[in-house]
Amino acid sequence: MAWVFDNGEKIFSLTLDHIALSLIPILIGFVVSVPLGWFAVRFPTAGKVVLATVGLLYTIPSLALFMVLPPLIGISVLSATNVIIALSIYAVAIMARTAADAFSSIDRAALRSATAVGYAEWGRFFSVELPLAGPVLLAGMRVVAVSTVSLVTVGVLVGVQSLGYFFTNGFERRLIPEVLTGVVMTMLVALLFDQALVALGRALMPWTTLMQQKSGVVA
Amino acid sequence: MDIIREAVAWLLAAEQYQGPGSVPQRIMEHLVFTAVAVGIAAVIAVPLGYFIGHTGRGLVWLVGATGAARALPSFGLMLLLVLVLGVTNRWSAAVSALVLLAIPPLLAGAYSGVHQIPRAVIDAARAQGMTESQILFRVEVPLSLPLVLGGVRAAVLQVVATATLVAYVGLGGLGYEIIQGIPLRRFDQTFGAAFIIVVLALVLDAALAWATRVSTPRGVRAGKTEDVRARETAHPAGVGTPLGNTLR
Repeated sequence: MAWVFDNGEKIFSLTLDHIALSLIPILIGFVVSVPLGWFAVRFPTAGKVVLATVGLLYTIPSLALFMVLPPLIGISVLSATNVIIALSIYAVAIMARTAADAFSSIDRAALRSATAVGYAEWGRFFSVELPLAGPVLLAGMRVVAVSTVSLVTVGVLVGVQSLGYFFTNGFERRLIPEVLTGVVMTMLVALLFDQALVALGRALMPWTTLMQQKSGVVA
Repeated sequence: MDIIREAVAWLLAAEQYQGPGSVPQRIMEHLVFTAVAVGIAAVIAVPLGYFIGHTGRGLVWLVGATGAARALPSFGLMLLLVLVLGVTNRWSAAVSALVLLAIPPLLAGAYSGVHQIPRAVIDAARAQGMTESQILFRVEVPLSLPLVLGGVRAAVLQVVATATLVAYVGLGGLGYEIIQGIPLRRFDQTFGAAFIIVVLALVLDAALAWATRVSTPRGVRAGKTEDVRARETAHPAGVGTPLGNTLR
């Protein structure tokens, strides 16, 4: 514990860095995946190809992506932009399929009713499709948030500061409390994002708390 | 795009294919780590997943554990285990970290695999006089195989990616070329090695995707069966695709 008290300031500042690095990929994951998922449901043939391609990106190991990406888009390997773009790609890779599942799980009858009562394409999307897809989208975003927060730590190997600094620094100095602090703080940041998303979900979709349903599958 | 040309030159250089630390040796190290970790994890997770799926006991625990495991930063966990177990035991420490990483997807696959089998199918098997072990090995195992292999696929994907990081504790693998190359700014080497890792991950994923597809029992395959009896069965007891049933 002594180590933690001596390094409170460093822990605080790296936690803030970590949150900042995680936030953008998580947001991009949502903003890109929702249209992509909707498109994949609306145009299934093209959608299948898009989803398969995006899914392949997820198979690329993070450290490898940090290396491959910069020369392809002309940025430095050691820049924060590199890590943010790589993590955004993962976020989209995870989220696009979930978004497609979310939109395809909507009852067709509800969509036809919406059209019948006069919703045009855009209005129907925002007032009917998006809210109905909401719970599944939220579940997907929770996975995206938690895995992004965990992946940010690998960025330290290409020199991007985050809580991952405690892993490499603590390992080199053989300081177990330092590495442990890094692990615990990373999990706390993950928990923070997760609970923030849950709270956001409750605020935006107050009806879901009333109709919690059980699902048999553990994702 | 000079870096790409340099990386290709690095990949094609003869010195990459001979002596200690050659590319084929790094690939082998990487594959051994992956195979050992996923193997150990499967021995632990698959029976446990079957047990939970079969009895329904411990489900809350399962959901909680998989959620927490996803938040665990695997790189930090690996370094922590190496420090705790001692650097001389770093091989077991690194494998333990990879095993912990592989368990949640395998557990989820095995659990969902058994859980999605319609109760009526198992009752029917019992009514025909199958013993409990026959039900397990001739009904539950074949019907759950595609989802179990789906879990293996997810686990392998995770472990191949994370095995890149074992080089940081001096254990080789393809990550060695990257982790050693960064401080030296040998970006031809890091790019070349990253390329091999990506290809390796894609090949393994494709192989397991194929295995998942062919492992689906013939009578179950996506309702494509031309069997008249199957079509007449209004209740899709066992004739629907296992994946389809679980996704709804």
